[in-house]
Amino acid sequence: MAERSFAKEVQKLRQGDGEVFTGEGILGITKALLENGVGYVGGYQGSPISHLMDVLADAQEILGELGVHFEASANEATATAMLAASVHYPIRGAVTYKSVVGTNVASDALSNLASGGVTGGALIIVGEDFGEGSSIMQERTYAFAMKSQVWMLDPRPNLPCITKAVGDGFELSEVSNTPVMLQVGIRSCHVHGHFTAKDNKRPSMTVSDALENPRRDLNRIVLPPATYLHEQEKLTKRLPAAQNFIVEREINERFGRKDAKVGLILQGGAYNTVIRALNRLGLADLYGDTEVDMMVLNCIYPLVDEQLMDFCEGKDAVLVIEEGHPNYIEQQIATMLYKRGKTVKLEGKGVLPMGGEYTGQVMVDSLGAFFAQYAPSMLPVAKTATNEEPVAIPDLSKTLPGRPPGFCTGCPERPIFAATKLVEEELGEHHISSDIGCHLFSIMPPFDLGATTMGYGLGPASAAAFHNENKKGRRSISFVGDGGFWHNGLTSSVGNAVFNKSDNVIVIVDNFYSSATGGQDILSSRAVNKTKQTQNSIVEACKGMGVKWVRQVDRTYDVTKMRDTLKEALTTEEEGPKVIVASSECMLNKQRRVKPEMAKAAKEGKRVVRPRFGVDEDVCTGDHACMRLSGCPSLSVKDTGDPLRDDPVAAIDQTCVGCGNCGEVADAAVLCPSFYQAEIVSNPTEGEKRRAARASKIISWLQSRRDAKRVAFA
Amino acid sequence: MNMQAKPIIARRSPGPDGEKVITLAALAVGGQGGGVLTNWIVDVAEANGYNAQSTSVAGVAQRTGATIYYVEMCRDTGRQPVFALSPAVGDVDILMASELMEGGRAIMRGFVTPGRTTLIASTHRIPAVSEKIAPGDGRANGPEVIKAMDIAADHVVAFDMETVAKKAGSVISSSLLGALAGSGALPFSRESYEEVIRKSGRGVEASLRAFGEAYEIAKGNKPAPVFEEAPAKPVPVLNVPEKLKAKWATLESRLTALPLEVQEMAGLGLKKVVDYQDVDYGSEYLDKLDEIVALDKAPYEMSVSAAKYIARALCYDDILRVADIKTRASRFERVKGEVVVKDDQVLMLTEYFHPRFEEFTTTLPKGLGTWVQGKKGFEAWYTKRFDKGRRIRTDSLRGFLMLWIVSSLRPMRRKLLRHQSEMAHVAAWFATVKEVARTDPALASEILANYRLIKGYSDTHARGLSKFARVMGALDMLKGRTDAADWMRRLRTAALEDEKGKALDGALATVKSFAG
Repeated sequence: MAERSFAKEVQKLRQGDGEVFTGEGILGITKALLENGVGYVGGYQGSPISHLMDVLADAQEILGELGVHFEASANEATATAMLAASVHYPIRGAVTYKSVVGTNVASDALSNLASGGVTGGALIIVGEDFGEGSSIMQERTYAFAMKSQVWMLDPRPNLPCITKAVGDGFELSEVSNTPVMLQVGIRSCHVHGHFTAKDNKRPSMTVSDALENPRRDLNRIVLPPATYLHEQEKLTKRLPAAQNFIVEREINERFGRKDAKVGLILQGGAYNTVIRALNRLGLADLYGDTEVDMMVLNCIYPLVDEQLMDFCEGKDAVLVIEEGHPNYIEQQIATMLYKRGKTVKLEGKGVLPMGGEYTGQVMVDSLGAFFAQYAPSMLPVAKTATNEEPVAIPDLSKTLPGRPPGFCTGCPERPIFAATKLVEEELGEHHISSDIGCHLFSIMPPFDLGATTMGYGLGPASAAAFHNENKKGRRSISFVGDGGFWHNGLTSSVGNAVFNKSDNVIVIVDNFYSSATGGQDILSSRAVNKTKQTQNSIVEACKGMGVKWVRQVDRTYDVTKMRDTLKEALTTEEEGPKVIVASSECMLNKQRRVKPEMAKAAKEGKRVVRPRFGVDEDVCTGDHACMRLSGCPSLSVKDTGDPLRDDPVAAIDQTCVGCGNCGEVADAAVLCPSFYQAEIVSNPTEGEKRRAARASKIISWLQSRRDAKRVAFA
Repeated sequence: MNMQAKPIIARRSPGPDGEKVITLAALAVGGQGGGVLTNWIVDVAEANGYNAQSTSVAGVAQRTGATIYYVEMCRDTGRQPVFALSPAVGDVDILMASELMEGGRAIMRGFVTPGRTTLIASTHRIPAVSEKIAPGDGRANGPEVIKAMDIAADHVVAFDMETVAKKAGSVISSSLLGALAGSGALPFSRESYEEVIRKSGRGVEASLRAFGEAYEIAKGNKPAPVFEEAPAKPVPVLNVPEKLKAKWATLESRLTALPLEVQEMAGLGLKKVVDYQDVDYGSEYLDKLDEIVALDKAPYEMSVSAAKYIARALCYDDILRVADIKTRASRFERVKGEVVVKDDQVLMLTEYFHPRFEEFTTTLPKGLGTWVQGKKGFEAWYTKRFDKGRRIRTDSLRGFLMLWIVSSLRPMRRKLLRHQSEMAHVAAWFATVKEVARTDPALASEILANYRLIKGYSDTHARGLSKFARVMGALDMLKGRTDAADWMRRLRTAALEDEKGKALDGALATVKSFAG
């Protein structure tokens, strides 16, 4: 089950003609898929498209009624390969994954699919994660569209346009026998808006029908001589068909006065930011009405030469607005203009920054510079003269602490890295290669563990080069999550280490879900799932791959055991990769399940134990050694108010979930005895109450006897 | 002072019949319920006939990290306005920050503009990891951010909304919404906000209480609440049994004989020392203090520092002290309060201990302790069998008695090995203090304050001692200089900056460069 419930959203998928759908962009896309008769859906989770997967995972009933098959694909390559169902059969298929990192994994299948071409519409929803708040490298997925001759839509960021683009995408794909990518930015996926719904449509042909009536066509298979036929089709049939469709169906939109001396050519996704900048420059009103001639490319690949040359005709200057590097669109337009000997000035990167996110301020400054240079008359005078003197605002950059992402309260991965830190204090530093997932947070304080990350499931693979001639010498430690393991790590990391007789240590962080992306179920999830076979053991999988030395740690909070297991792996004589599977449930998902259960049981009078940790203020000396091995949000610092003391002491607040990490760490690292574990028992048994009462009577007798013999100040 | 980069001052232009887009950005720490707050704001706007759009950035980069939510709204005129998807520098009308430093971050990022932005911020602190791991006090400077808020914002509504929410049994999103409603920055009635909370269906009553309280404070009908962050713990009480009243009285009379400026700190020090050991230890404390006072003169700053740090030096952290604290009635009461144990509930309390061979031998009488420490074979055997974590249930009789017996060794503390090494260390330190006090009282005060470096147990204690030694080692280089005291303080502050003492190395190198 995902990190949050989507029950409310699932009901919205049933809305019909004329009803107003209210929700996020990514959910609008999900509804649009059902409205356009999609036959099957797949994909792999990752911000910002996870919610599409999560809501469909909860909507099996509706999908069943429509005969739509939904799968949570093993990875993005599987998802794209799944689109093969649209090669021979007129079935519309859709898959979704996270921008560049997803498309990288999918690119092999994408090339094969694009070569042979498709009959049913094949739509790939790519969630772009660019700029602030992003967690991946800053690259553009656009390159894949050009490379494989796959078309790419980038609609204006409002729900009506985005959902229309789903329908357009399927038709464009069918009319040109080419897969189509629908790129939606992170803020378009998570934008709250409305659109008018239509009835869901059953697919004209379902995947079951296809199975009953199999078809094949040798010409569609990627093998010579057919591959050369495909290339010709791409150039002579598919590209023109796509370009005609884009012009006939007016996929790209034009605003403002066509006879203006300057013009803007922009990606659809940048429309809102551009209009707001024009509004702030006094060149557009808040509804988007403007004099400025704008060509909005809702389809950013392929470009239609005539359409763009017509736009540039008679203009002094044109500015191309495309976010991220390199400037593919600007380069294509430059070639068109040069070949036609045009003299219009082409601006783009240079006036606009070469890279980085095109925020509101960047757009105002760049557009301001462009108009000031090429059409100063259009800019209202008030905008050029800045009469307001900016107030000097104090520089807080040295005061503010950085706040990077980190492990949640009670996270089961924290003790794994505390244990690793303790091992390094004994055996010295090791080369540590990290992966993608929550465990990547180990690279930041307080742990500072991890030198590289090469992609999802590739932690151990990125340590493949390290081979120590000295059998007794230092080994590398590499981490991989359970999500990354099943995604590809099983073969690319573990299988590779076995085959190449690597001596290094692999730690598989098993928190029962693909947690970083929202807690989706995976092969080794312990939850029972109606449509998925879970509870497949990682240890068995590793043994199946030939790993000899495997240890399963079932409670990662046992820091001492975690440390000793890792130390043994680093020092054992045993040959081959040493694999430690460290398993405890993601606390975020566990609390979502456990908290309501405990509350209900307590109300019903059942015996319930609530664990919590605390710190004895008088015993804590304020050195914060425990924090250097924890960083848990609930373990904080506070003033004691005692003039005799200088430093703040440790304190645990009420958000503590009683996981035990701080106590275990203080114990394993022999830090200090100020941690206590409190277990509060609701509805205790009679025996417990009697024993507790008797013990406290004797204890208070002893305490009063002692107080009678000494001066105490407490 | 960095002047805001001089951008083109570009105010949004209003629509044809005067309607304006209102922009609201909310900076929060991931997991604080920023999404709930954003959805409520959109619901309120739409309930009041406004077009509203919100965007957020969900993902792994937001887990407990800084994140941003953005809302734009405009009076519904039948046409759909074009809303921006993210906040722009100098263009934010309302900025909400659910933690003090996130308010500062909004200012640094240019989202708070003089003459335009209403800043609604909770002043409570969620310390970031970097603030918590410094051995000293690494916490960021809150007042500096509050000062910057008044300069940068047009109108500021700032108070501890976390505690307002907690006291009402709710969470910060409710009190933040109340502060927004009360600030008057949005043209919507209080009832329309409350209606949205009622419809959300979870913890409604508590949310409404938190909302109402924050609303009144933001409106100015109620003063901003001042929650003293520190003593949640009950104020300590002095308990002097009958037969010790006389001895205690003599100590108290010696207190009043001290200079006025020193009496308060000396009073606290005396109580701490007597509570730690016994009344005689108290007089030992006052003897040492009198020696320093004799070398001092008004305003007696050195003596106040002595009163504080002599007490700290005498009350070293040994097993007896820990066992004593953990078996006191006042401690059980405090724990019950802290973890909220109601009368019909039973508390199971487990202590986490890891006494090693060193703690075992130093708790033996001096002669026996040194002899056993010499036995390497015994140490290896002991470490193998006994050197492991202990989980002791102090709510059960068996566990309590184990600690009770250990703490009953207190009267014999003076004979134990640990006491000898500690007193030797104190004596050396105290002799240096007295010697320096004759010529440079300011430097002497700093040497007294150096005892702050010695804290913690086992490895931490050892590290503290080594830092103390290295800082004191610089004394010969500094003696006789007019700025000796300042440099000693800088060395100590540097020692407290990081665990390994890298900053201390730098500071020592600087001292060597000019005084070596």
